[in-house]
Amino acid sequence: MSSYLEATARQRVAALISDFTEFLPPAKEWTSPHLPQLNAPVSFDDGVIIGRGTIDGKQVYVAAQEGGFMGGAVGEVHGAKLVGLMRAAVIHKPQALVLLAESGGVRLHEANAGLIAVSEVMRALLAVRAAGIPVIVVIGGSNGCFGGMGIVSRCANVIIMSEEARLAMSGPEVIETANGVEEFDSRDRALVWRTTGGKHRYLLGDCKMLVADDDAAFKAAIVQGMQDSIQSEVALSLAALEAEQEMLTARLQDFGNKTDPMDIWAAMGVEHPEDIAMLDTQVFLQLTASIRQTERQHG
Amino acid sequence: MDSRQLLAQLFPHGHEVTIADDFISGTATLDGQGISVIGTSSHTPIGVEIALAQARAVLATVRDYPQRPILLLVDTQGQRLRHRDEMLGINSYMAHLGKCLELARQSDHKIIALVYDQALSGGFVTSGMMADACYALPGATIRVMGLPAMARITKVAEEKLTALALHNPVFAPGPKNYERMGGVQAIWNGDLAQCLRDALLQADPRDQRSELGQQRGGRRKSQQVIDAVMLQAAQTAQVE
Repeated sequence: MSSYLEATARQRVAALISDFTEFLPPAKEWTSPHLPQLNAPVSFDDGVIIGRGTIDGKQVYVAAQEGGFMGGAVGEVHGAKLVGLMRAAVIHKPQALVLLAESGGVRLHEANAGLIAVSEVMRALLAVRAAGIPVIVVIGGSNGCFGGMGIVSRCANVIIMSEEARLAMSGPEVIETANGVEEFDSRDRALVWRTTGGKHRYLLGDCKMLVADDDAAFKAAIVQGMQDSIQSEVALSLAALEAEQEMLTARLQDFGNKTDPMDIWAAMGVEHPEDIAMLDTQVFLQLTASIRQTERQHG
Repeated sequence: MDSRQLLAQLFPHGHEVTIADDFISGTATLDGQGISVIGTSSHTPIGVEIALAQARAVLATVRDYPQRPILLLVDTQGQRLRHRDEMLGINSYMAHLGKCLELARQSDHKIIALVYDQALSGGFVTSGMMADACYALPGATIRVMGLPAMARITKVAEEKLTALALHNPVFAPGPKNYERMGGVQAIWNGDLAQCLRDALLQADPRDQRSELGQQRGGRRKSQQVIDAVMLQAAQTAQVE
Protein backbone atom coordinates (compact mmCIF):
# COMPACT_ATOMS: atom_id res chain seq x y z
CA MET A 1 0.00 0.00 0.00
CA SER A 2 1.29 3.43 -0.93
CA SER A 3 -0.71 6.34 0.49
CA TYR A 4 -2.15 8.80 -2.03
CA LEU A 5 -3.19 11.17 0.76
CA GLU A 6 0.31 12.10 1.84
CA ALA A 7 1.93 12.10 -1.61
CA THR A 8 2.85 15.23 -3.56
CA ALA A 9 1.21 15.95 -6.91
CA ARG A 10 4.39 14.85 -8.72
CA GLN A 11 4.53 11.60 -6.75
CA ARG A 12 0.89 10.92 -7.65
CA VAL A 13 1.54 11.49 -11.35
CA ALA A 14 4.58 9.20 -11.16
CA ALA A 15 2.57 6.49 -9.39
CA LEU A 16 -0.48 6.58 -11.68
CA ILE A 17 0.75 7.63 -15.11
CA SER A 18 3.28 5.94 -17.43
CA ASP A 19 5.37 7.71 -20.11
CA PHE A 20 4.50 11.11 -18.67
CA THR A 21 5.47 14.20 -20.67
CA GLU A 22 4.93 17.47 -18.83
CA PHE A 23 3.61 20.55 -20.60
CA LEU A 24 5.13 23.80 -19.31
CA PRO A 25 7.63 22.13 -16.97
CA PRO A 26 8.73 24.26 -13.98
CA ALA A 27 10.23 27.58 -15.05
CA LYS A 28 10.44 31.11 -13.72
CA GLU A 29 8.55 32.27 -16.79
CA TRP A 30 5.40 30.51 -15.61
CA THR A 31 5.21 31.78 -12.06
CA SER A 32 2.40 33.96 -10.80
CA PRO A 33 2.81 37.63 -11.75
CA HIS A 34 0.70 38.67 -8.75
CA LEU A 35 2.14 36.87 -5.71
CA PRO A 36 5.46 38.81 -5.64
CA GLN A 37 3.49 42.06 -5.26
CA LEU A 38 2.16 40.63 -1.98
CA ASN A 39 5.62 39.34 -0.97
CA ALA A 40 4.19 35.82 -1.18
CA PRO A 41 6.37 32.94 -2.44
CA VAL A 42 5.90 31.66 -5.98
CA SER A 43 6.15 28.14 -7.37
CA PHE A 44 7.72 27.32 -10.73
CA ASP A 45 4.69 25.24 -11.68
CA ASP A 46 2.17 27.54 -9.92
CA GLY A 47 0.84 24.54 -8.01
CA VAL A 48 -0.33 22.38 -10.89
CA ILE A 49 1.38 19.81 -13.10
CA ILE A 50 -0.08 19.14 -16.54
CA GLY A 51 0.85 16.83 -19.37
CA ARG A 52 0.14 13.62 -21.22
CA GLY A 53 0.93 10.00 -20.62
CA THR A 54 -0.66 6.60 -20.55
CA ILE A 55 -2.63 4.60 -18.05
CA ASP A 56 -3.28 0.93 -18.73
CA GLY A 57 -1.79 1.56 -22.18
CA LYS A 58 -4.33 4.25 -23.06
CA GLN A 59 -3.44 7.86 -23.90
CA VAL A 60 -4.59 10.32 -21.27
CA TYR A 61 -4.16 14.00 -20.52
CA VAL A 62 -3.45 14.63 -16.85
CA ALA A 63 -3.48 17.54 -14.42
CA ALA A 64 -2.43 17.26 -10.77
CA GLN A 65 -2.92 20.04 -8.25
CA GLU A 66 -0.27 20.44 -5.55
CA GLY A 67 -1.91 20.95 -2.16
CA GLY A 68 1.46 21.89 -0.68
CA PHE A 69 1.49 25.17 -2.61
CA MET A 70 -1.20 27.56 -1.35
CA GLY A 71 -3.53 24.61 -0.76
CA GLY A 72 -3.75 23.92 -4.49
CA ALA A 73 -5.68 27.14 -4.99
CA VAL A 74 -6.42 28.40 -8.50
CA GLY A 75 -4.62 31.58 -9.57
CA GLU A 76 -4.29 33.09 -13.05
CA VAL A 77 -1.45 30.85 -14.30
CA HIS A 78 -2.69 27.72 -12.50
CA GLY A 79 -6.15 28.14 -14.04
CA ALA A 80 -4.76 28.93 -17.50
CA LYS A 81 -2.65 25.75 -17.43
CA LEU A 82 -5.82 23.73 -16.80
CA VAL A 83 -7.70 25.58 -19.56
CA GLY A 84 -4.81 25.12 -22.03
CA LEU A 85 -4.64 21.39 -21.26
CA MET A 86 -8.39 21.00 -21.76
CA ARG A 87 -8.43 22.94 -25.03
CA ALA A 88 -5.49 20.84 -26.27
CA ALA A 89 -7.41 17.69 -25.31
CA VAL A 90 -10.29 18.75 -27.57
CA ILE A 91 -7.82 18.92 -30.49
CA HIS A 92 -5.66 15.84 -29.82
CA LYS A 93 -8.40 13.61 -28.40
CA PRO A 94 -6.78 11.50 -25.66
CA GLN A 95 -8.94 8.65 -24.35
CA ALA A 96 -9.62 10.51 -21.12
CA LEU A 97 -8.74 13.62 -19.19
CA VAL A 98 -7.74 12.81 -15.61
CA LEU A 99 -7.76 15.58 -13.02
CA LEU A 100 -6.05 14.80 -9.71
CA ALA A 101 -7.83 17.56 -7.80
CA GLU A 102 -6.64 19.03 -4.53
CA SER A 103 -7.66 22.61 -4.02
CA GLY A 104 -9.22 25.14 -1.66
CA GLY A 105 -10.75 26.84 -4.70
CA VAL A 106 -10.01 30.38 -5.87
CA ARG A 107 -6.59 31.69 -4.74
CA LEU A 108 -7.58 34.71 -2.71
CA HIS A 109 -4.26 36.45 -3.40
CA GLU A 110 -5.35 36.73 -7.04
CA ALA A 111 -9.04 36.75 -6.26
CA ASN A 112 -10.62 38.21 -9.38
CA ALA A 113 -8.33 36.40 -11.84
CA GLY A 114 -8.86 33.15 -9.93
CA LEU A 115 -12.64 33.45 -10.09
CA ILE A 116 -12.66 34.10 -13.83
CA ALA A 117 -10.18 31.25 -14.30
CA VAL A 118 -12.43 28.79 -12.43
CA SER A 119 -15.34 29.57 -14.76
CA GLU A 120 -13.02 29.23 -17.77
CA VAL A 121 -11.98 25.81 -16.45
CA MET A 122 -15.65 24.81 -16.09
CA ARG A 123 -16.40 25.75 -19.67
CA ALA A 124 -13.21 24.14 -20.98
CA LEU A 125 -13.96 20.91 -19.08
CA LEU A 126 -17.47 20.73 -20.53
CA ALA A 127 -16.02 21.32 -24.01
CA VAL A 128 -13.80 18.26 -23.43
CA ARG A 129 -16.92 16.23 -22.64
CA ALA A 130 -18.66 17.69 -25.70
CA ALA A 131 -15.78 16.33 -27.79
CA GLY A 132 -16.61 12.84 -26.49
CA ILE A 133 -13.65 12.62 -24.11
CA PRO A 134 -14.54 11.45 -20.59
CA VAL A 135 -13.29 13.54 -17.68
CA ILE A 136 -12.31 11.67 -14.53
CA VAL A 137 -11.67 13.55 -11.28
CA VAL A 138 -9.69 11.95 -8.45
CA ILE A 139 -9.95 13.43 -4.94
CA GLY A 140 -7.76 12.06 -2.19
CA GLY A 141 -5.42 14.78 -0.94
CA SER A 142 -5.34 16.19 2.57
CA ASN A 143 -6.54 19.63 1.45
CA GLY A 144 -9.72 18.18 -0.05
CA CYS A 145 -11.54 19.77 -2.98
CA PHE A 146 -13.45 22.95 -2.17
CA GLY A 147 -14.89 26.14 -3.58
CA GLY A 148 -14.75 26.56 -7.32
CA MET A 149 -12.91 23.26 -7.71
CA GLY A 150 -15.72 21.50 -5.83
CA ILE A 151 -18.02 22.78 -8.57
CA VAL A 152 -15.58 21.96 -11.39
CA SER A 153 -15.29 18.39 -10.05
CA ARG A 154 -19.03 17.85 -10.27
CA CYS A 155 -18.87 18.80 -13.96
CA ALA A 156 -16.81 15.66 -14.64
CA ASN A 157 -18.18 12.28 -15.80
CA VAL A 158 -16.70 10.36 -12.89
CA ILE A 159 -15.46 11.30 -9.42
CA ILE A 160 -13.27 8.87 -7.50
CA MET A 161 -12.66 9.52 -3.79
CA SER A 162 -11.06 7.88 -0.81
CA GLU A 163 -12.87 7.98 2.50
CA GLU A 164 -10.29 10.45 3.81
CA ALA A 165 -11.02 12.79 0.88
CA ARG A 166 -13.34 15.75 1.28
CA LEU A 167 -15.54 17.38 -1.36
CA ALA A 168 -17.65 20.47 -0.69
CA MET A 169 -18.18 24.13 -1.52
CA SER A 170 -17.44 26.39 1.48
CA GLY A 171 -14.97 25.16 4.07
CA PRO A 172 -16.23 24.64 7.63
CA GLU A 173 -14.07 27.54 8.88
CA VAL A 174 -15.72 29.92 6.40
CA ILE A 175 -19.20 28.84 7.51
CA GLU A 176 -18.29 29.07 11.18
CA THR A 177 -16.85 32.57 10.67
CA ALA A 178 -19.99 33.71 8.83
CA ASN A 179 -22.69 32.09 10.95
CA GLY A 180 -21.21 30.97 14.22
CA VAL A 181 -19.89 27.82 15.81
CA GLU A 182 -23.42 26.50 16.42
CA GLU A 183 -24.00 26.52 12.63
CA PHE A 184 -20.89 24.47 11.85
CA ASP A 185 -18.19 23.68 14.42
CA SER A 186 -15.07 23.50 12.25
CA ARG A 187 -13.13 21.83 15.09
CA ASP A 188 -15.60 18.95 15.32
CA ARG A 189 -13.58 16.71 13.04
CA ALA A 190 -16.13 13.90 13.06
CA LEU A 191 -18.89 16.29 11.92
CA VAL A 192 -16.66 17.83 9.24
CA TRP A 193 -15.85 14.36 7.95
CA ARG A 194 -19.50 13.18 8.04
CA THR A 195 -20.54 16.26 6.08
CA THR A 196 -17.81 16.48 3.44
CA GLY A 197 -16.02 13.11 3.50
CA GLY A 198 -15.85 10.39 0.87
CA LYS A 199 -18.34 7.99 2.46
CA HIS A 200 -21.11 10.61 2.63
CA ARG A 201 -20.44 11.78 -0.92
CA TYR A 202 -20.51 8.17 -2.08
CA LEU A 203 -23.81 7.40 -0.36
CA LEU A 204 -25.37 10.56 -1.81
CA GLY A 205 -24.15 9.59 -5.27
CA ASP A 206 -21.89 12.62 -5.76
CA CYS A 207 -18.89 10.37 -6.16
CA LYS A 208 -19.10 7.25 -8.28
CA MET A 209 -16.30 5.21 -6.80
CA LEU A 210 -14.89 5.02 -3.30
CA VAL A 211 -11.48 3.43 -2.86
CA ALA A 212 -8.96 2.84 -0.10
CA ASP A 213 -6.18 5.41 0.29
CA ASP A 214 -3.80 3.55 -1.98
CA ASP A 215 -2.21 4.52 -5.31
CA ALA A 216 -2.98 1.12 -6.84
CA ALA A 217 -6.63 1.33 -5.83
CA PHE A 218 -6.97 4.81 -7.35
CA LYS A 219 -5.28 3.62 -10.54
CA ALA A 220 -7.59 0.62 -10.87
CA ALA A 221 -10.58 2.91 -10.35
CA ILE A 222 -9.42 5.31 -13.09
CA VAL A 223 -9.07 2.36 -15.50
CA GLN A 224 -12.56 1.19 -14.49
CA GLY A 225 -13.93 4.72 -14.94
CA MET A 226 -12.49 4.89 -18.45
CA GLN A 227 -14.00 1.53 -19.33
CA ASP A 228 -17.41 2.51 -17.95
CA SER A 229 -17.32 5.70 -20.03
CA ILE A 230 -17.12 3.73 -23.25
CA GLN A 231 -20.66 2.47 -22.70
CA SER A 232 -22.15 5.74 -21.51
CA GLU A 233 -22.88 9.13 -22.98
CA VAL A 234 -19.91 11.39 -22.29
CA ALA A 235 -21.31 14.73 -23.48
CA LEU A 236 -24.05 16.66 -21.72
CA SER A 237 -27.58 15.78 -22.82
CA LEU A 238 -31.05 17.03 -22.00
CA ALA A 239 -32.08 13.55 -20.83
CA ALA A 240 -29.14 13.20 -18.44
CA LEU A 241 -29.54 16.68 -17.01
CA GLU A 242 -33.28 16.18 -16.53
CA ALA A 243 -32.44 12.98 -14.65
CA GLU A 244 -29.96 14.93 -12.53
CA GLN A 245 -32.58 17.61 -11.90
CA GLU A 246 -34.93 14.89 -10.66
CA MET A 247 -32.24 13.29 -8.51
CA LEU A 248 -31.29 16.60 -6.87
CA THR A 249 -34.96 17.49 -6.33
CA ALA A 250 -35.59 14.12 -4.69
CA ARG A 251 -32.51 14.56 -2.50
CA LEU A 252 -33.87 17.88 -1.28
CA GLN A 253 -37.32 16.40 -0.63
CA ASP A 254 -36.01 13.30 1.12
CA PHE A 255 -33.18 14.79 3.16
CA GLY A 256 -33.76 18.56 3.22
CA ASN A 257 -35.19 18.40 6.74
CA LYS A 258 -32.28 16.40 8.19
CA THR A 259 -29.68 18.07 10.35
CA ASP A 260 -26.89 15.50 10.46
CA PRO A 261 -25.55 13.27 7.69
CA MET A 262 -26.17 10.27 9.98
CA ASP A 263 -29.92 11.04 9.77
CA ILE A 264 -29.62 10.89 5.98
CA TRP A 265 -27.80 7.53 6.12
CA ALA A 266 -30.50 6.18 8.45
CA ALA A 267 -33.23 7.43 6.10
CA MET A 268 -31.44 5.62 3.26
CA GLY A 269 -31.65 2.41 5.24
CA VAL A 270 -28.25 2.16 6.91
CA GLU A 271 -28.99 0.19 10.06
CA HIS A 272 -26.20 1.48 12.28
CA PRO A 273 -25.17 4.89 10.94
CA GLU A 274 -23.01 5.49 14.00
CA ASP A 275 -20.75 2.61 12.89
CA ILE A 276 -20.12 3.96 9.38
CA ALA A 277 -17.14 6.12 10.36
CA MET A 278 -15.13 3.17 11.65
CA LEU A 279 -15.79 0.77 8.78
CA ASP A 280 -12.93 -0.22 6.52
CA THR A 281 -13.61 0.85 2.90
CA GLN A 282 -14.29 -2.67 1.58
CA VAL A 283 -16.63 -3.55 4.43
CA PHE A 284 -18.41 -0.22 4.00
CA LEU A 285 -18.89 -0.85 0.27
CA GLN A 286 -20.30 -4.33 0.87
CA LEU A 287 -22.60 -3.17 3.64
CA THR A 288 -24.02 -0.26 1.65
CA ALA A 289 -24.15 -1.88 -1.80
CA SER A 290 -27.83 -2.71 -1.57
CA ILE A 291 -29.00 0.65 -0.21
CA ARG A 292 -27.11 2.91 -2.54
CA GLN A 293 -29.97 3.35 -4.95
CA THR A 294 -30.37 5.28 -8.13
CA GLU A 295 -28.64 8.28 -6.60
CA ARG A 296 -25.55 7.73 -8.69
CA GLN A 297 -26.89 9.47 -11.79
CA HIS A 298 -24.38 12.05 -13.01
CA GLY A 299 -25.38 14.82 -15.42
CA MET B 1 -31.05 48.93 -9.12
CA ASP B 2 -34.37 47.45 -8.03
CA SER B 3 -35.19 44.33 -10.05
CA ARG B 4 -38.69 45.54 -11.02
CA GLN B 5 -37.35 48.86 -12.29
CA LEU B 6 -34.70 46.95 -14.17
CA LEU B 7 -37.27 44.71 -15.89
CA ALA B 8 -39.32 47.76 -16.87
CA GLN B 9 -36.26 49.38 -18.46
CA LEU B 10 -35.13 46.21 -20.23
CA PHE B 11 -38.60 45.46 -21.57
CA PRO B 12 -40.47 48.76 -21.96
CA HIS B 13 -43.27 47.01 -23.90
CA GLY B 14 -44.04 44.76 -20.98
CA HIS B 15 -43.07 41.29 -19.83
CA GLU B 16 -44.35 38.24 -17.97
CA VAL B 17 -41.53 37.91 -15.50
CA THR B 18 -42.31 37.28 -11.84
CA ILE B 19 -40.21 37.58 -8.72
CA ALA B 20 -41.08 35.14 -5.95
CA ASP B 21 -38.84 34.49 -2.93
CA ASP B 22 -36.02 36.34 -4.69
CA PHE B 23 -36.24 34.00 -7.70
CA ILE B 24 -36.79 35.79 -11.02
CA SER B 25 -38.35 33.83 -13.87
CA GLY B 26 -40.58 34.27 -16.84
CA THR B 27 -40.73 35.37 -20.44
CA ALA B 28 -40.25 38.74 -22.03
CA THR B 29 -40.36 39.92 -25.62
CA LEU B 30 -37.84 42.07 -27.43
CA ASP B 31 -38.59 43.02 -31.06
CA GLY B 32 -41.01 40.12 -31.27
CA GLN B 33 -38.41 37.64 -30.00
CA GLY B 34 -39.24 35.69 -26.84
CA ILE B 35 -36.55 35.69 -24.15
CA SER B 36 -36.35 33.49 -21.05
CA VAL B 37 -35.48 35.64 -18.06
CA ILE B 38 -33.93 33.79 -15.10
CA GLY B 39 -32.19 35.18 -12.04
CA THR B 40 -32.17 36.28 -8.43
CA SER B 41 -32.89 39.46 -6.50
CA SER B 42 -32.36 41.18 -3.13
CA HIS B 43 -28.72 39.98 -2.85
CA THR B 44 -30.11 36.55 -2.02
CA PRO B 45 -27.56 33.89 -1.10
CA ILE B 46 -27.52 30.99 -3.56
CA GLY B 47 -28.55 27.89 -1.67
CA VAL B 48 -29.56 24.50 -3.02
CA GLU B 49 -33.21 25.50 -3.65
CA ILE B 50 -32.61 28.58 -5.75
CA ALA B 51 -29.79 26.93 -7.70
CA LEU B 52 -32.19 24.10 -8.53
CA ALA B 53 -35.01 26.53 -9.44
CA GLN B 54 -32.75 28.35 -11.89
CA ALA B 55 -31.59 25.06 -13.41
CA ARG B 56 -35.21 23.94 -13.84
CA ALA B 57 -36.02 27.15 -15.72
CA VAL B 58 -33.00 26.68 -18.00
CA LEU B 59 -33.95 23.07 -18.77
CA ALA B 60 -37.57 24.08 -19.47
CA THR B 61 -36.30 26.63 -21.99
CA VAL B 62 -34.06 24.08 -23.73
CA ARG B 63 -36.85 21.50 -23.81
CA ASP B 64 -39.80 23.69 -24.83
CA TYR B 65 -38.35 26.70 -26.66
CA PRO B 66 -35.51 25.69 -28.99
CA GLN B 67 -32.95 28.45 -29.53
CA ARG B 68 -34.83 31.01 -27.45
CA PRO B 69 -32.26 33.39 -25.88
CA ILE B 70 -31.72 33.36 -22.12
CA LEU B 71 -31.12 36.48 -20.01
CA LEU B 72 -29.59 35.86 -16.58
CA LEU B 73 -30.14 38.62 -14.04
CA VAL B 74 -27.54 38.47 -11.27
CA ASP B 75 -27.88 39.82 -7.76
CA THR B 76 -26.43 37.62 -5.03
CA GLN B 77 -24.24 37.88 -1.97
CA GLY B 78 -22.66 34.53 -2.94
CA GLN B 79 -23.25 30.92 -2.04
CA ARG B 80 -25.30 30.25 1.12
CA LEU B 81 -22.96 29.55 4.03
CA ARG B 82 -24.93 26.87 5.90
CA HIS B 83 -24.09 23.39 7.14
CA ARG B 84 -27.31 22.03 5.61
CA ASP B 85 -26.36 23.20 2.11
CA GLU B 86 -22.95 21.57 2.42
CA MET B 87 -24.45 18.35 3.76
CA LEU B 88 -26.81 18.18 0.75
CA GLY B 89 -23.91 18.85 -1.63
CA ILE B 90 -24.39 22.47 -2.69
CA ASN B 91 -21.45 22.16 -5.10
CA SER B 92 -23.46 19.52 -6.99
CA TYR B 93 -26.46 21.86 -7.22
CA MET B 94 -24.29 24.70 -8.49
CA ALA B 95 -22.44 22.49 -10.95
CA HIS B 96 -25.84 21.26 -12.19
CA LEU B 97 -26.91 24.86 -12.92
CA GLY B 98 -23.64 25.47 -14.76
CA LYS B 99 -24.08 22.28 -16.80
CA CYS B 100 -27.67 23.21 -17.72
CA LEU B 101 -26.44 26.58 -19.03
CA GLU B 102 -23.69 24.86 -21.01
CA LEU B 103 -26.26 22.47 -22.48
CA ALA B 104 -28.33 25.51 -23.50
CA ARG B 105 -25.31 27.01 -25.25
CA GLN B 106 -24.52 23.72 -27.00
CA SER B 107 -28.18 23.66 -28.10
CA ASP B 108 -27.81 27.10 -29.78
CA HIS B 109 -29.41 29.28 -27.13
CA LYS B 110 -27.74 32.65 -26.78
CA ILE B 111 -27.04 33.42 -23.12
CA ILE B 112 -26.56 36.97 -21.87
CA ALA B 113 -25.97 37.82 -18.21
CA LEU B 114 -26.37 41.15 -16.47
CA VAL B 115 -24.98 41.90 -13.02
CA TYR B 116 -27.47 44.59 -12.00
CA ASP B 117 -26.55 44.78 -8.32
CA GLN B 118 -24.19 42.34 -6.55
CA ALA B 119 -22.20 39.38 -7.80
CA LEU B 120 -20.04 37.53 -5.32
CA SER B 121 -17.85 34.52 -5.91
CA GLY B 122 -19.64 31.16 -5.68
CA GLY B 123 -23.09 32.54 -6.42
CA PHE B 124 -21.85 34.08 -9.64
CA VAL B 125 -19.49 31.50 -11.08
CA THR B 126 -22.18 29.04 -12.22
CA SER B 127 -24.68 31.68 -13.38
CA GLY B 128 -23.47 34.98 -14.85
CA MET B 129 -19.99 33.67 -15.59
CA MET B 130 -21.44 30.76 -17.60
CA ALA B 131 -23.11 33.15 -20.08
CA ASP B 132 -21.79 33.79 -23.59
CA ALA B 133 -21.15 37.32 -22.36
CA CYS B 134 -21.61 38.87 -18.93
CA TYR B 135 -22.42 42.56 -18.65
CA ALA B 136 -22.77 44.82 -15.62
CA LEU B 137 -24.48 48.06 -14.63
CA PRO B 138 -22.06 50.84 -13.61
CA GLY B 139 -23.07 50.70 -9.94
CA ALA B 140 -22.78 46.93 -9.64
CA THR B 141 -20.54 45.22 -7.08
CA ILE B 142 -18.48 42.28 -8.34
CA ARG B 143 -15.91 40.59 -6.19
CA VAL B 144 -14.65 37.44 -4.55
CA MET B 145 -14.30 39.21 -1.23
CA GLY B 146 -13.75 42.72 0.12
CA LEU B 147 -10.26 44.10 0.69
CA PRO B 148 -10.54 43.89 4.53
CA ALA B 149 -11.29 40.14 4.40
CA MET B 150 -8.61 39.65 1.76
CA ALA B 151 -6.11 41.47 4.00
CA ARG B 152 -6.97 39.14 6.88
CA ILE B 153 -6.53 35.97 4.85
CA THR B 154 -3.47 36.95 2.84
CA LYS B 155 -1.88 38.71 5.86
CA VAL B 156 -1.08 41.69 3.68
CA ALA B 157 -1.93 45.11 5.16
CA GLU B 158 -5.18 46.56 3.86
CA GLU B 159 -3.44 49.87 2.99
CA LYS B 160 -1.00 47.98 0.80
CA LEU B 161 -3.81 46.06 -0.91
CA THR B 162 -5.70 49.29 -1.51
CA ALA B 163 -2.60 50.84 -3.09
CA LEU B 164 -1.97 47.77 -5.26
CA ALA B 165 -5.63 47.71 -6.29
CA LEU B 166 -5.17 51.09 -7.98
CA HIS B 167 -2.92 49.55 -10.63
CA ASN B 168 -3.70 45.82 -10.64
CA PRO B 169 -7.34 44.86 -11.30
CA VAL B 170 -6.66 41.40 -9.89
CA PHE B 171 -6.82 42.79 -6.36
CA ALA B 172 -9.62 45.29 -6.84
CA PRO B 173 -13.37 44.61 -6.85
CA GLY B 174 -15.78 46.30 -9.23
CA PRO B 175 -17.18 45.92 -12.75
CA LYS B 176 -14.51 48.10 -14.41
CA ASN B 177 -11.76 45.80 -13.16
CA TYR B 178 -13.65 42.71 -14.29
CA GLU B 179 -14.07 44.40 -17.67
CA ARG B 180 -10.31 44.97 -17.93
CA MET B 181 -9.71 41.31 -17.07
CA GLY B 182 -12.20 40.13 -19.70
CA GLY B 183 -14.64 38.69 -17.15
CA VAL B 184 -17.18 41.38 -17.98
CA GLN B 185 -17.79 42.07 -21.66
CA ALA B 186 -18.88 45.69 -21.17
CA ILE B 187 -20.71 48.02 -18.82
CA TRP B 188 -24.20 49.02 -19.84
CA ASN B 189 -25.26 52.65 -19.80
CA GLY B 190 -28.36 54.46 -21.05
CA ASP B 191 -31.03 52.54 -22.98
CA LEU B 192 -30.90 49.06 -21.46
CA ALA B 193 -33.28 47.57 -24.05
CA GLN B 194 -30.89 48.70 -26.77
CA CYS B 195 -27.92 47.32 -24.80
CA LEU B 196 -29.64 43.94 -24.61
CA ARG B 197 -30.50 44.04 -28.33
CA ASP B 198 -26.83 44.71 -29.18
CA ALA B 199 -25.61 42.04 -26.78
CA LEU B 200 -27.84 39.41 -28.39
CA LEU B 201 -26.51 40.35 -31.83
CA GLN B 202 -22.91 40.08 -30.65
CA ALA B 203 -23.29 36.92 -28.56
CA ASP B 204 -20.55 34.40 -29.32
CA PRO B 205 -20.55 30.87 -27.91
CA ARG B 206 -16.72 30.76 -27.79
CA ASP B 207 -15.11 31.61 -24.45
CA GLN B 208 -12.93 34.60 -25.34
CA ARG B 209 -12.38 36.02 -21.89
CA SER B 210 -8.65 35.29 -21.66
CA GLU B 211 -8.10 36.94 -25.07
CA LEU B 212 -10.11 39.95 -23.94
CA GLY B 213 -8.12 40.14 -20.71
CA GLN B 214 -4.91 40.21 -22.73
CA GLN B 215 -6.17 42.84 -25.20
CA ARG B 216 -7.43 45.05 -22.42
CA GLY B 217 -4.29 44.61 -20.35
CA GLY B 218 -6.03 43.52 -17.16
CA ARG B 219 -5.05 39.86 -17.31
CA ARG B 220 -2.01 39.42 -19.53
CA LYS B 221 -0.61 36.07 -18.50
CA SER B 222 -3.61 33.80 -18.92
CA GLN B 223 -3.75 33.76 -22.72
CA GLN B 224 0.06 33.43 -22.95
CA VAL B 225 -0.08 30.33 -20.78
CA ILE B 226 -2.98 28.82 -22.72
CA ASP B 227 -1.14 29.39 -26.03
CA ALA B 228 2.11 27.92 -24.67
CA VAL B 229 0.36 24.79 -23.37
CA MET B 230 -1.45 24.24 -26.64
CA LEU B 231 1.78 24.70 -28.61
CA GLN B 232 3.65 22.14 -26.48
CA ALA B 233 0.75 19.69 -26.73
CA ALA B 234 0.82 20.02 -30.52
CA GLN B 235 4.60 19.55 -30.63
CA THR B 236 4.57 16.37 -28.54
CA ALA B 237 1.68 15.04 -30.62
CA GLN B 238 3.83 15.41 -33.75
CA VAL B 239 6.82 13.61 -32.25
CA GLU B 240 4.93 10.32 -32.19
